[in-house]
Parts: sequence; C-alpha cells; structure tokens
Amino acid sequence: MNHILKFNLNGEAVEVAVKSNEKLLDVLRDKLGAVSAKFGCGVAECGACTVLIDDLSVRSCITFAVEVEGKSVVTLEGLQADGPTKIQKAFIKHNAFQCGFCAPGFIMSATELISKNPSPNEEEMRHALAGNLCRCTGYQNIVDAMNEVAEDNKGGVK
Amino acid sequence: MKENLKVVGHDAVRLDIVEKVLGAAEYTDDIAFGPNLLHMAILGSPYAHAEILSIDTSEAKKLPGVKAVITGEDYPEKFGLYLKDKSIFPVDRVRQVGEQVAGVVATSYEIARNATKLIKVEYKELPVILDPYDSIAEGAILIHPDLGNYVIEPWLEAQPGTNIGHLRRIRKGDIDKGFAEAETIVEGEYHIPHVAHTCIETHISVSKFSLDGRLTMWNSTQSPHTQRNIMAVALGMNHKDVRVIAPPIGGGFGGKAGISMEVMAAAGAKSCPGHPVKLRWTREEEFYNSSQRTGLRNKVKIGFKKNGKIIAFKHEMFWDVGASAEYGSNVVNATGFSATGPYYIPNVYIDSKACYTNNPTCSAYRGFGYSEFSFGIESTMDKAAKIMGIDAVELRRINAIKEGEGVAYDVPMNPNGLIECIDKVAEEIGWGIEEKSDDPNKIIAKGFASVWKAPAMPANESSSAFIKFSEDGSINVMVSGMELGQGLLTVMGKIAAEVLGLTLDKVRVELPDTDRNPYEWQTVASHVTWSCGNAVKRAAIDARDKILDIVQRAHFIDKSQLYLEDNGVKCTTQDSFYIPFSDFVITGIQTEHNTWVGGPILGSGMFMPEYTNAMVDPKTGLGGHPMVHYTVGAGAVKVEIDKETGRMKVLKMAEAFDLGKAINPDLSKDQINGGFVQGLGTAMWEQCIFDEKGKMLNDGFTDYKIPTIVDVPRDMNPILVEVPQPDGPYGARGHSEHTMIPVMPAIANAVANGLSVRIVDVPVTAEKIAMRMNDPKYKEEM
Ligand code: FES
Ligand code: FES
Repeated sequence: MNHILKFNLNGEAVEVAVKSNEKLLDVLRDKLGAVSAKFGCGVAECGACTVLIDDLSVRSCITFAVEVEGKSVVTLEGLQADGPTKIQKAFIKHNAFQCGFCAPGFIMSATELISKNPSPNEEEMRHALAGNLCRCTGYQNIVDAMNEVAEDNKGGVK
Repeated sequence: MKENLKVVGHDAVRLDIVEKVLGAAEYTDDIAFGPNLLHMAILGSPYAHAEILSIDTSEAKKLPGVKAVITGEDYPEKFGLYLKDKSIFPVDRVRQVGEQVAGVVATSYEIARNATKLIKVEYKELPVILDPYDSIAEGAILIHPDLGNYVIEPWLEAQPGTNIGHLRRIRKGDIDKGFAEAETIVEGEYHIPHVAHTCIETHISVSKFSLDGRLTMWNSTQSPHTQRNIMAVALGMNHKDVRVIAPPIGGGFGGKAGISMEVMAAAGAKSCPGHPVKLRWTREEEFYNSSQRTGLRNKVKIGFKKNGKIIAFKHEMFWDVGASAEYGSNVVNATGFSATGPYYIPNVYIDSKACYTNNPTCSAYRGFGYSEFSFGIESTMDKAAKIMGIDAVELRRINAIKEGEGVAYDVPMNPNGLIECIDKVAEEIGWGIEEKSDDPNKIIAKGFASVWKAPAMPANESSSAFIKFSEDGSINVMVSGMELGQGLLTVMGKIAAEVLGLTLDKVRVELPDTDRNPYEWQTVASHVTWSCGNAVKRAAIDARDKILDIVQRAHFIDKSQLYLEDNGVKCTTQDSFYIPFSDFVITGIQTEHNTWVGGPILGSGMFMPEYTNAMVDPKTGLGGHPMVHYTVGAGAVKVEIDKETGRMKVLKMAEAFDLGKAINPDLSKDQINGGFVQGLGTAMWEQCIFDEKGKMLNDGFTDYKIPTIVDVPRDMNPILVEVPQPDGPYGARGHSEHTMIPVMPAIANAVANGLSVRIVDVPVTAEKIAMRMNDPKYKEEM
C-alpha cells in the first residue's frame, strides 16, 4: 500500500510515495537521491547507513520510512549545507578514512556525539563510535581527528 | 641514491579524502541509472554438495515484473582466473551452500527476490567434505570429477582423479641430510579456519548490453582489465566492445580481485538488452558468494644447529580452498614457493596442496596465504627458541635472510632491512623488559613475529599509464591501478608530480575505465606502487622529454640545461629563465616569426618485469624465478591477560616494514595500523563457523565479530624502514598486505610467553586460553 510520506529532509519539506514496509535507507537513496547513507548490512550491524532523525543518530536500514512522518532527517548532504563541519575538517586533515565507505556513517555518529558532549574524553568517544564498523583504517586516524575536535571544543564550542 | 625529492617521501593529505569526507565519492550503488534500471536476485543452493536433478523456473517466469530467469542451461561454460573450474550457474551439481543456481531479473529487487522463491530445484544430496584432511583421504568423493578436463594455466599442477586442484613442491638441498645434522628438531601442527574479507561495501555490479551489443559494466572491483578480458573471451566479443568502469570501491582486501558475481550480472543484462541490471550482494551473500580466506592445516618441522641456525625445514600445507580453486590455486602456488618465512635455509622441503572442500570458495585475501602459513612457522620458531634457550628475537636475527642468499627456490634474495625491522620492533615493544599488571589477576606478556611476502602474480604481469596536460598546466594521470583505500591515487600522483616538477594540487589521478585508461593487470599482491608506479614514472619522463624538446627548439637552449620545477621549466645556466607550463603545454610556444612550436603534451609509460619465469620443475620447484622480490618486516604485541577468564586485551603494538622508499610516509603508516587491526580480528575473534552440512552459522556482523574502535590497542606504533628496491620507483616496494601477517603468531606467542600455553588454532579466544591453561597437552615450558 502506498502512503504519501511528508517529512523534512536536510532542511527542505519533502513528499514521497512509500510502501509501508519500505526502509528509510532505500527511500533516501533510491527515491530522494540522498546517497551518502550507505548500505553495508541492512540489519543494523555496521553503521554505514547512519542518519540523524530529530538530531539522534539512527540506523536508517532498519527504520521504516513511515516512521519519519513529520520528523526532520539529516544526511551528510544536509549536514554540510554551510560547508564542511569542524568534524569533517578534522577528518580531512587526519586522512581519517581509506576506502571511505564508512565515512558518512562515522560523521553522523560523531556529529551526534559532539552535539551532546562537545569535548568527550577518548574512551567516551570510542564507545560512542563503537557501532560504526571500519574495515580499513584500524581507527587510529579517526581517533586522532576526534581527539583534536574534543580538545578544540574545551572551554566552549566555537 | 641521493635525490632532493620535493613531493615523494613527504607527508600529504590523500588525494581522495575530500570527496570521501564530503560524501561526493560516487560508489557503484550511488550512481543514478535512471528508470530503465532492472534488479537481479540469486537463488542459492541450500546444500553444500548435491546433484541437480531438475530446475523448474516456470512459476517464477509468470510473476508480474519478472523480465528474465537464467540458469546454467543458458551458460554451460566454466570460468576462472587460473583454473576454469567455476560455473556461472551450475548445470549438474552444486559444491557449496549458497552456490548460485539461478538468477532472476525483474523491475524491482523485491520482485526478483520473490521470484527466486518460486523456482523449484530437485537435488540429490552427496557426501559433504569440510576439512582438507578429509578431502585428501582415500576414497573421498571427488568434488570435481572433471578436473582433468578443465582449462588451466601451464604453471599449475592439478592432480586429476583426486581433490587436489594444485600441488606445488619445493625440494632444495638434501632434507634428510639436513635433519640428520640438526642438533634440535622442533615440530608443530596448526589450523587456520576460513575468515571473510567483510568489506563494508558488499559486491555490486551494474551491467548493461546496449542495443548495439556493447557491454558496459560498473563494478566494485580491483581488476577492471582482467574482468574485461574474461568477459570478452567468455562472450566471444572484441575487447574494445566490453567496457569496465571502476567507481570508488568500499574495500577490497583481495575479495574483489579477479571476477565472481559480475559474470552473473552480465548474464542477467544479456537477457535484457538496453537495461542496466544491478546485482548487489546482501551481507549474507557477501559471506557465501564472494570468497573467503583459505583455511589451512599445516605441519611444520624445523631442524636447528647448535648455534640456532636453521639447517632443515619441512612444511606440509593442506589448503582448504573451498568449492573452487580458480583463484585459490595461486595462493597455494605462491605460498608453496615462500613458506619458509624470511630465513635463509639450505635444505627445504615444502608441499603445498590445494584441497577442494564443500566450504565457500576461497581466493585472494590480504596476505595471500602468508598470514596462514606464518602462524605455524612463527609459533614453531618461538617454541624452538625456548627449547634451545635462545631469545626468540635473537633466533630470528640469527636466521634472517640477507641480500644474495638463496630463497626456497634458490634465487638470490633482494636487498632488505629485515634485521633493522626486527631491532626497531623489539626496541619499541620493550622486548626483554618484564612488565607487571596493576591487577594481580592479570599478567602482561609480549609476543613477536617476523615475516615476508612477495607479490604473487603471473610472470608477465604488467602496468601502463598515460599522462595528459591541460591548458593551465595541470595533469590527469590515467592508470588502471585501483584506489582501494591504500592510497594508490596519492602514490601515483606524487610520482608524476615529482618527475614533472608539479605541485600536488595540479594533479588528478583517474579511477579505471577500460575505454579510457591504459592496461593494468590487477590491483592485488601489493605490487602496484612498484609496477604501476614504474609505469607512471616512465609516462612522466616521456612527457618531460617532450616538454624539454619543445623548449629547446623554441628557445635554443640545450635540453641538458633545462629542468622542471614549480609547475614550469627552468634553466641551470640562467636564473631568471622560467616558463610556466600553462604558457605552452597545449598551445605550444610562439617563435619570433609568429609560428608555433609544440602541441598538447602527453606521456605514456609501461612496465613489466623482464626477469621472471614461472615455469619451474614441478618435482622441485626450482629452475625458475617465480617472484619479483620480497618485502620483509616484523611485528610485536604487548597484551594483558586475565589468568582466570583468559580474556585478553592488546595494550600496544609495534610493526616495522621495509618498503624500500615511503612515497607517502603517513599513508604507509596508516596501512600498518589498518592491517594490524584486520590481523587482530583474525587472531582474536574471526572465524567462519560451519555446521556439519556446510552451512555457515555466523553470516552476519553480530556473530562474525570484526574489530571495533573499542577493541583496538590504544598504543599503535607503525615503523617504516627504507632499504631501496633497485627496480622500484624511487626505490619503493609494496607493503600493504604484509601488515596483517605478524599478528596471529605474535598474539599466540604472547599467550605462550605469559601463560605457558601454546594455542595452535586461531582465533586465540579467551575460552581456548582458559580451557587449555592447565591442560598439559598445550603446555609450553618457559
Ligand atoms: S546498513 Fe544499516 S547498520 Fe549496516
Ligand atoms: S575506510 Fe574503508 S571501511 Fe572505513
């Protein structure tokens, strides 16, 4: 059964016809062209599909599209509407990714963390990112970049 | 070689990091193919070994939205990289769970998937073989009864009438005499299970036959030209009419080398001309239907003289290559030549056997078999060190192979910095310094391993490159080496920039497209820095020669006085002379008569090693020159283990590799960190677990655990050693795969050093440590 879903995507009101069993990830990628969120497993095990729904990081691969009715969804495309964020700049500076497939998911999870806790210590940060798998990097540069962001945020977010 | 290098050897931001962090990188699944796109789904076999009695697709074909149903009847031919033993879709029997029996193309993935459930297949189950020892046992059922009829590379030795897809032997010196002269003989038997690559991006191919018959494929691949070749030959098409485009790839690690599911997407597309057809593996299919890492059962026997020198070495390897040896046969071959480890040994006996089983097919996996065999060698070395009362690191120093000493196939070893690697790692990890945990229930221990690896490739593998200048003096470098995350684009960009006196912001390196970019064999074997790097360097030199020629003709300055720097041409005898590239690389240079000299600047280069020879004597493995060179290194860990539960945490790691010359020192260190952590997964957690019928019990990330950001050591110490490779670009040789190899033995050696328990089968889990700690069978004396 088709349903006309209305929600806010990256700051714009969108309307899209979805079936009740369609997943948010597929709707974002196939119907709305927001392809930064990636398919890595489809069952909430890898974090590649992470997006923000009302500022909370969510696995879009197991979220039914109809669940975001009236909500605000942010993907990487929207996150950087005003240019790369501080987290993204730090990831660039530290060569944080290799193949880069996990990057959008990491950036969304990191964004949620920093919005709640602008200056996490390293262990807090590692635990917040533990649901995002990366097969390439060994995580060291991601940690270095995030430590730099946390350090810079000490004494207030600029 | 003292060169004043401007770009090579200096740190850099990766050329592809911005597009990846901004989400601009378009991976295959991100490309918009329009409303014409069709989707494909596959029906996999529920049985590990069964005859196919009948396939009835009539109901599936009737489902609205279904465009085509494809079975082996449409594609009876076999394919494969080195040994054509694989079916696109099998006709007569299935040889592993998940083997693709039929494919459905439909207007949506959901419809295609539903249609696969309507296909009726009648099977007759056959006995299942899951262990290489069972595979070679007398009376074992033959998994490939037609082995003798398959098309095979001339340097492979299949054994028709058995389950052995390839046998590589080394017989160097006199093994019996060697053991007779040995003072101490130490043996061990080891087991390595299947593990999976688990790229975060699953395999994907979008294939399209245009209405005029051209085939275009967008594949997540390490091997665009090899795929084009296989497709063109299989379909009887001209190579020029097959186009493989390689968009950014979400991880490869060998799993996307050669060709696998892409042939099915092409088969689906052939039935629906004019439509792009997308086939994307689910995570579950990724475990079963891409490939896994070879399993291994091996027996190591090493004879030492009193001074610790190895005098004799016997290694029997029984590889579990799974249902097909099309690619795994070369893992078996390469390791057959090299399974001594990085030691000089006068008397060597190696048997390396590719044993077919009904486990999922195995192919290349980062390390190409060296991780698997090094576990046994390095474990045995540690055991021997204790028996002989020689320090474990010292034992490796004593035996470390030096330049000019004969490797197992008796060709002189290349220049190398193994001792330096060993010493630097030992120092960094604090070898010999005892450390105590603050927690009385825990111990701290260290483990060490030294390793080597050569690129495994056909003797005549090759690379080529084009460089073209644009109006503003920037360049596009066209190669078909693939950026897998290892930093290829940055390496190639830097080599070109160095030769051409360009700053890196003037350089763009293009991902492969077989229509546009020149030939590369494959991006595997950690060989592209060396091979493709040489091609790029030659292409840059070619472009440089053309530039100098034009300037000489236009300005009457002898070429020998001209050089390239700061994005232009300078002169050694006139300080003020400088012509920026942007002045002339397209337009040419205007002469005093208002005529023009020059034209668009292009460079081309190619590279092939011209000294390799794979045709050895099959009885001894001698007489050829199968490998180009070895990269050596060492690794160590410091772990903390709970004496009751066996739970282990790796506190610190150090790894050093001799990469000849670090083109990008920072990215090379990233390779060490990433490879170490991938190795850590296989050392501590990862294992494909099968039930007795060959069904995998952990085909998802919940049960197949790979390391997370919480699981890794907080203290990571990558170390680079640079003893130049004579035929490498700027002296470079590859090292990305190697970084995984020391981890499994270093972990097991640390456990043995700390708790006197020898774990001979990875992963080294807490459970194994706890259960075996007090079992005399596993005891290893300090
Ligand atoms: S794709 Fe959603 S968590 Fe893996
Ligand atoms: S960079 Fe490849 S998965 Fe993270």
